[in-house]
Amino acid sequence: MKHSVPDGLRELLAQAVGAGHAPWRTLLKPGDWALLLAAGVLVATSYPLLWRGGTADRAIVKRDGQVVTELALNVARKYEVIGAIGTTLIEVQPGRARVLSDPGPRQYCVLQGWLTRANAVAICAPNHVTLQLAGRGGRNEAYDTLNY
Amino acid sequence: MTRSTIELPVTADDYRIARYAAAAIALTVAEAALPSPLPGIKPGLANIIVLVVLARYGWRDAAWVSLLRVVAGSLVIGQFLAPGFFLALSGAVCSLAVLALAQHLPPRFFGPVSASVLAAFAHIGGQLALARVWLVPHDGVFYLLPLFATAALVFGAINGLVAARLLEAPVTASAALKGVS
Repeated sequence: MKHSVPDGLRELLAQAVGAGHAPWRTLLKPGDWALLLAAGVLVATSYPLLWRGGTADRAIVKRDGQVVTELALNVARKYEVIGAIGTTLIEVQPGRARVLSDPGPRQYCVLQGWLTRANAVAICAPNHVTLQLAGRGGRNEAYDTLNY
Repeated sequence: MTRSTIELPVTADDYRIARYAAAAIALTVAEAALPSPLPGIKPGLANIIVLVVLARYGWRDAAWVSLLRVVAGSLVIGQFLAPGFFLALSGAVCSLAVLALAQHLPPRFFGPVSASVLAAFAHIGGQLALARVWLVPHDGVFYLLPLFATAALVFGAINGLVAARLLEAPVTASAALKGVS
C-alpha cells in the first residue's frame, strides 16, 4: 500500500503528523502545564457543583392530586385553576412561579411568595390546588420537598 | 468602470491585518460547516490566527483581526445581527480583554497555550453572560457551564498548541504576506 502513495502526498502527511518538528510537549512551558492542570481541576469540580438540579425548569399545577397543567418556566404568563371553592391564579415568570391569588381564608399559599427551587411546593388546601416546581433529571434532586 | 474618486490611504499595517483577518474569516466559515453537539460548542479555529497575531504584532492588531473576523465572518455565513452574532461578539470582546492582561504574563513560563486557554474561558464566559442576561433570563443556562468549560479547556489547549507550532516557524516575508505561515 505504502509505495502507491504519491511523493507529494507522503510529504504532506509527514508534515501533518509533525515530522521534522519538535515534539508537541516542547511547545508547553511550565506555566502552561500549571495553568492547564488548574483549569482541569476547576472544570472537574464544576460538574457536581452545577449539575445537582437545584433550579427549577417547570411548574406543575395539581387539583385534587391530579395534574392540571405543567408550565415551562421560560416565559412569563398567568394560569387560572378552578378549584373546590373558587379560582386560584398562578403566575409564572422566568425561573420562578407563585400563587398570585387564592380564595382560601388564610392565604398561606399566596403569602409563601415566589418559588424558585426544584421541588418547592405551595399548597392551597381549601381550594384543593397545589403548585410545585420541578427540575430536570429528578433523581439527584437536592430536596424531596420544600416548605416554609 | 468609473475610477473611484475617493482615495483611502492604505498602510502596510492595514494590508497585514486584512490578510490575517481573511485567514480567520476563512476558518470561521469552514468551522460553520462542522456539526456541533450543542450550540456554542465550537473549536474556534479562528482564534489560532488571533493568537499568532497577538504574539507577532501586539494586542491592537489582534483586536482588529478578532473583531473583523466576527463581523465579516457573520456576514459570510448569514448570521450578522442574529443572536449568534452578538454571542460571538460578546465572547470576542471578553477574550480580547483577557488577552490584554495575559500578554503580560512572564514569557519565560507562559506560552500561547496559556493565553489560548484563558481566552477560551473568557470567550465562553462572555457568551454565557450575554445569554443569561438577554436570551435565557434565568439560571438554566448555567447547567451547561461544565460542558462549555470542558470544551473551552480542550479546544483552548489545542488551538494554543497549533498557534505555538505556527509561531515556532520563522516568519518570512512571503509567510507574513500570505497571512498564515
